Formats: sequence, C-alpha cells, structure tokens
Amino acid sequence: MPAFTMRVFRGDAAGGAFRDYRVETEPGMVVLDVLHRLQATQTGDLAVRWNCKAGKCGSCSAEINGLPRLMCMTRMNLFADGETITVAPMRTFPLVRDLVTDVSYNYEKAKTIAPLRLRPPEPDGSYRMMQEDIDRIQEFHKCIECFLCQDVCHVIRDHDAKHAFAGPRFFIKLASLEMHPLDTRDRIDAIRREAGIGLCNITKCCTEVCPEHIHITDNGIIPLKERMVDEFLDPVVWLLRKLRGGGKAPAS
Amino acid sequence: MAAGYETHEHDVIIVGAGGAGLRAAIEAAAQGVSVGLICKSLLGKAHTVMAEGGIAAALGNVWPEDNWRVHFRDTMRGGKLLNNWRMAQLHAQEAPDRVLELERWGALFDRTRDGRILQRDFGGHRYARLAHVGDRTGLEMIRTLQYHAIHQGIDVYMETTVVELLKDGDRVCGAFAYRRDRGDFVVFKAKAVVLATGGIGKAWTVTSNSWEYTGDGHSLALWAGADLIDMEFVQFHPTGMVWPPSVRGILVTEGVRGDGGTLRNNRGERFMFRYIPEYFKAETADNELEADRWYADKSNNRRTPDLLPRDEVARAIVAEVKAGRGSPHGGVFLDISTRRPADYIKKRLPSMYHQFKELADVDITKEPMEVGPTCHYVMGGVRVDADTTASTVPGLFAAGEVAGGLHGSNRLGGNSLSDLLVFGRRAGLHAALYAKDFGGQLRVEPGQTESVAREVLEPFARGGGENPYAIQHELQETMQQLVGIVRTEAELREALTKLELLKERAKRVRVEGGRVYNPGWHTALDLRPLLSVAECSALAAIERKESRGGHTRDDYPTADPEWGKVNVVLRRKDGGVTIGREPLPEMPRELRELVAETH
Repeated sequence: MPAFTMRVFRGDAAGGAFRDYRVETEPGMVVLDVLHRLQATQTGDLAVRWNCKAGKCGSCSAEINGLPRLMCMTRMNLFADGETITVAPMRTFPLVRDLVTDVSYNYEKAKTIAPLRLRPPEPDGSYRMMQEDIDRIQEFHKCIECFLCQDVCHVIRDHDAKHAFAGPRFFIKLASLEMHPLDTRDRIDAIRREAGIGLCNITKCCTEVCPEHIHITDNGIIPLKERMVDEFLDPVVWLLRKLRGGGKAPAS
Repeated sequence: MAAGYETHEHDVIIVGAGGAGLRAAIEAAAQGVSVGLICKSLLGKAHTVMAEGGIAAALGNVWPEDNWRVHFRDTMRGGKLLNNWRMAQLHAQEAPDRVLELERWGALFDRTRDGRILQRDFGGHRYARLAHVGDRTGLEMIRTLQYHAIHQGIDVYMETTVVELLKDGDRVCGAFAYRRDRGDFVVFKAKAVVLATGGIGKAWTVTSNSWEYTGDGHSLALWAGADLIDMEFVQFHPTGMVWPPSVRGILVTEGVRGDGGTLRNNRGERFMFRYIPEYFKAETADNELEADRWYADKSNNRRTPDLLPRDEVARAIVAEVKAGRGSPHGGVFLDISTRRPADYIKKRLPSMYHQFKELADVDITKEPMEVGPTCHYVMGGVRVDADTTASTVPGLFAAGEVAGGLHGSNRLGGNSLSDLLVFGRRAGLHAALYAKDFGGQLRVEPGQTESVAREVLEPFARGGGENPYAIQHELQETMQQLVGIVRTEAELREALTKLELLKERAKRVRVEGGRVYNPGWHTALDLRPLLSVAECSALAAIERKESRGGHTRDDYPTADPEWGKVNVVLRRKDGGVTIGREPLPEMPRELRELVAETH
C-alpha cells in the first residue's frame, strides 16, 4: 500500500502549526490507524482522543481535509495515492492540544435539558409503547455524541452564540423527549427560550456531517419549529393556553 | 500533601463510568451521600457503549415460560458451574426490574406487537431473553444512565485516570489520579470506593476492547490487598472481524446468529453440528432442520449449535481453521444473507451492516462475513460478597466486569449488561451504607501520594530509551501467542518469562513531550496495570490443570470434577503474587436441582 503525507495540526491554545509526516499504510486502514502508527513510531505525544475505533463511541471527531468526520470511519482508500491529507482539530471548540478539543460546552448544555417526567403506568403497572410510535425517536437515540453537528453549525462556529443556543445535538435530544410517549413535560417554552431554536435557519450542515445519518433537520429540528409555531403564533392555541394556564407542566 | 494537587472529598467515589459505574453512582446518590464519578474517557464513551446484542433478563415477554430460575440455570451451566451461585441467583432475579427501570428513565427498547419489550435469542439462553435496541443496546443503556445521572447531583471527573488506591491501615480511603487534559494530579478522599473499571482485554493483540481496558481496577484492587479469583478465564468472543487487518478484532454481535445467521467453513458446511459437547447434547439440535425450526418453535425443537455458549463456538472455529477449512483470511464464514431478507437484516443489525460496508466493503445482506475469535471479556476479577459487592478490603467494592464470580468459567452473551445494572446498583447502595456507617476521620497514610507521584513522573526524567508503545505491543503479542484460546504449561511459563523481561524494560520507558494530553505518557502508565493483570492471568492459567469454559489446556484437555469445586485465588504478598485454591461456596439443594435439569 502507498505512503501518504499526513499534515497534522500540532499545538495548543497558545498556538501551533501543521506538521507533515510521511507514513506507510496497509490495506483497510482508516485515518485513526495512521495516526496511531505515527504515535508508535514517530511522535509519541501526538494527542488524539479515541475509544472504540468502530464508529460507536463518537470520540475521534476531527476535520479531515476540511470536512468534519470520525477518524475511525474515514478509510485511507478514500484518498488518491500520494495525496497530502490534512487533519485538524474541530475548530468550534477550544483546543486542548493537537487534535483534542475541550468539548465541555456540550456537557454543560446537556445538563440544562430537563429529564423525562414519567406518565402513570397502565393499570397492570407496565408501560406499553408501539414500535411505530417510537421509530422516529429511536433514530434520534442513535446519536453517538461525536459533536460533529455542533462543530459544523454556523450559529456556534461562526457566530459564537453558545450561551443562547443548544445546537443540533441537543435539538435532537429535546425532540426525542418531546416526542417520547412516556414524557409529560411541556418543553416548547424551553426549546424556544433556553435552547434558542429560532436561531437555526435550517441550512442542514448538521445533517450532512452526521456519521449516524440521523435526519437531524427534517425529522428533529423542523418538527420542533412547527410545534413552536403552533404553540406561540397560532392565536387560538395562544388564547387557549392563556385560559387554561398551560397544559403540560413547564420544563424547568 | 505536596502543593499543586487538586483534592476532592466524597463519601463515595466510583472509578469507571460505564454501565456499572453509572448505575452505582445513581444508587449511591439516591442514598443521599456525596458521590464522585471518575471516568477514564469522556462521559458516555465507556466500553458499555460498544455492547451490541442486548440485556439478558427473564421478562417473559416473548416466551412466558421464561423466569429467573431458567435464567439462573442457563447462567450456571454456561459457566460450567464455577459461578458464585448467589450472584447468579441475584442476577437472574433482579435483572428484569433493572431493565424496566431503564425504560422508566427513557430507554426505548424494540417492541413486541403488543407494545412490550421485545426479546431476542442469544447463545446459551433457553428462551429469547435479550431486551435490545437493534444491535446498539449498549449505546441506549449508557445514554439512558448518563442522562439520568447528570440530574442527580453527582460530581463527574472526566478523562481522569486512577493510578493507585490510597489506604489508611487496612481500609481504603481514596484514590490518586491524574487528569489527561491538564496532566495535573488529583487526590480523592473517600469513605468508600467502588471499582467499576471493566476488563483487561487490551493485554491481547486481537481484541474487541478499546485502549481503556488495561486492567486498572483489577490491579488497583490487587495492589490494595484484595483477592482476585478466576483470572485464568478469559472469553474469546467467537465472532470478531478478521479482514482487513486494521479492523481485526472488532466485534460482530452474537445477535447475527440469534437472528438466524449461521457459521460455515470453506466447504459450505455448518460445522457447529460436529462440535456439540456431551454437556449440551440434550438441549442442542443435531440436524439443520431442527435447528432452523427452533427459532420459531422452542417447545418442540432444540437450540441450534450456532448458539452454543461462546467458549464452545470459539474452540470450534479454531479447530476448523487449524484443519484447513477456514476462510481466506484465517477465520470462518458467518452468513445471514442467504437466511434472512435484506430489510430484516438492516432493521435488526443496522450497525453490523454499516460496519462491514464502511470498513470492509462487505454487504452483509448479499454475502457472508469473515469472522474469528477476538478477546472480549474476563470472567475473573475482584472477589466480592455476592449481596453487597464488598471486596476483602474494607471500604472497597467492585461491580461489573472487574468483579469475579457471577459468570464462572464462561459468560453468556447478554449477561454482562444485566450484570452491570444489578451489581452496579448493589455496589452503589452498599458503598453508600458503608460510608454512612463510617466512624472517625478520613486519613491518608503519609507519604503515599508523594511516592506514587514520583513514580508516575519518572518516564519524563529517565535516560532509558524504551518506547511505551513498543512494550505494550510486545506484551499483547506475548499474551496472544502464549496465553490465548488453547494453552499449554510450557507456553504459559514462556509467557511469564517474557513478562518478567517486559517488566524490567517498562522501568526504562521514556516519554517525550509534556504532561498535557500526552498519549505516550498515558500508555507508559497503563503498562503498570497491564503487566500486572497479564501476569495474574498467566499464573492462574498455569495453576488450573484442566479445561473448562474460557480456559482450555492442550495438556489437560478435559474438565476435572475436582477442579470444578475450587476457585484459583490470587493475592499480593511481599511484592509478589501468591496463588491458592479455595472451595466454591456451596449451592443450596433446590438450586442444585434447577441446574441439574437437562431441559
């Protein structure tokens, strides 16, 4: 198999630069394999975050030739022989070192989402749910929290609206709770105010980079926006809400 | 205490944040004590996330005949009766409640037609018993626990590796750790410590385990004076990917066979029919028609031999390959493409479809997979009290893969996720109760932290030129070649000699760079536990002179009833490790009768 030049970002918050490494490859290798070979043979302290190496844990996110991808699912045979491959850390998050970024923003946002508030069980004490009622939420549950959608979302990436915006990962989380057959919490206000879904102008960049192929925009964000519109902009619903004093319990 | 150490104090600290650690943290927090949860990776990335097939629990949703007694029996027989019977009983009894609890916390398992949790077939289980979500059950489980835990007031320390437990006399009183992102040291003081660190699979070359699985909890417990049992029993999952080389070892779920897939050799034979052991004859189909009927009608047919317990299937694959009937890349074929429709395969096994398509250019709905054994799980671990998960060291508890006993000599598929939930909860509960009862001051013996800190920093200062990655690689090769699926005394002794040399070389490891997120340094530090568990596994394997479950000796090829009465126990003494044999706890008569039932 051919040798490649890997152009890898080296550095930390104080600064850094791309450095070129020449690496031999073997059949079937992915970018993460090549970086591991670099660690073992040329530069032992190259910082890379990874776990499962099978596309299941979402740890090894990076920007490869400018595209947000998982390093463990990016095959080397994707590239032309002898091509120079650029590997950079996710730009949206603060750099720790080399290819590792500080993704704590996502963990902070996760805490702001109120947990499931369970409806009462069936008379026999069980909970029945039909498969067709959970198919769509199961799609959202495929999320491996690689945060590539957060990385590519221009509201976070270019406008740095982190404080006012939860981002695609957490819209999917909110959608999975909002559509959950067992959840009784009214989340519409939280989705609008705290999560700031109005800032999303559905460019679908998040959907494009999702390694799990979740239809983030079409199946998650747009239905949430529609519910929000129904709830807040429809005068009849608005009036009913005022008269009833709200139906479901508020989210926070 | 030296300056520059971050110090945190909790009633209970939990080392490891996979299924067992998260469940323990949730339970401890529910008891009203302060809880610190320490994860080696980011939260939600622990090994549990990779579990595929499902959680074994006798819910009886698909087969009402199923109940805890049948699950108990299957578990004991799968472990060739070396299991701690009380753990197996608690596990079978409590697993259904733990699964239903996950559902109440938001987990969405696949459903039956009447809206209940669907269950799938798996090896060694008499009935379809595994609650599952396609083939990504572990992801559902860890995400559910994670999002439940973050609202319980638990302090989470991510990317933090524990390198030593701290002691006050006989009791454990905390842990010494470093943070990967900053390289700083952290001292945790705690009244009780729960180990939930998983396994030791990174000691082998071909493994389904990630970099984290370096035997940390096993070693921490051993070094702190706790007993380890059953360390000779290592599970090689029969079906890992074998090609291309870069994906060798990645897991292929047993669910492929549970959902109808079958193993074949290069002549197209379903060879498992030739490997049915006497012990499972009465409950295993001896012809293809009966085996195929069994999927739909369990009352009148016996189970397909494709779903014999994992140890049996792994040995059969090794034998086929050795006899020259293997696949082109040294495995065998696993085929579901000719047995189930493409839509069914994609719905039931989406991540297998994805994994083979993207990593191996194989479409599993159209062609067979190539598979072979991969190191997957260690049955052995910290010796614990079945009810409380307490180790033999006061204040130290263990749950999940790091604990020994539940699975005996071989674990059944699906029994790991249920183990994590059942004993994770028990560990959290009893650690919290222990912490509440704790009298007196939390005191760390002077000098402990300083000496560990010195040792941990040595690789930066040494003149030696050993590369930590190279030593880790040689250790893995040694275990793969000499402490593999089929073992002999001569090879095991050769392994010990090589491990001694590697230990010496590990003392000369030097790392470049600084302390901030330095994988070279992390690899060097992981060598300490890795060498320790590799040695324990080899020592125990030499001691047990028989073949049983996940321990096959070419020089002692059969099971010996006398060995069926004892655990091999390892204990630290004077800087070395002593080996002993101790009798298994005796099973009550009514449970013995359950286990003796052949069908």
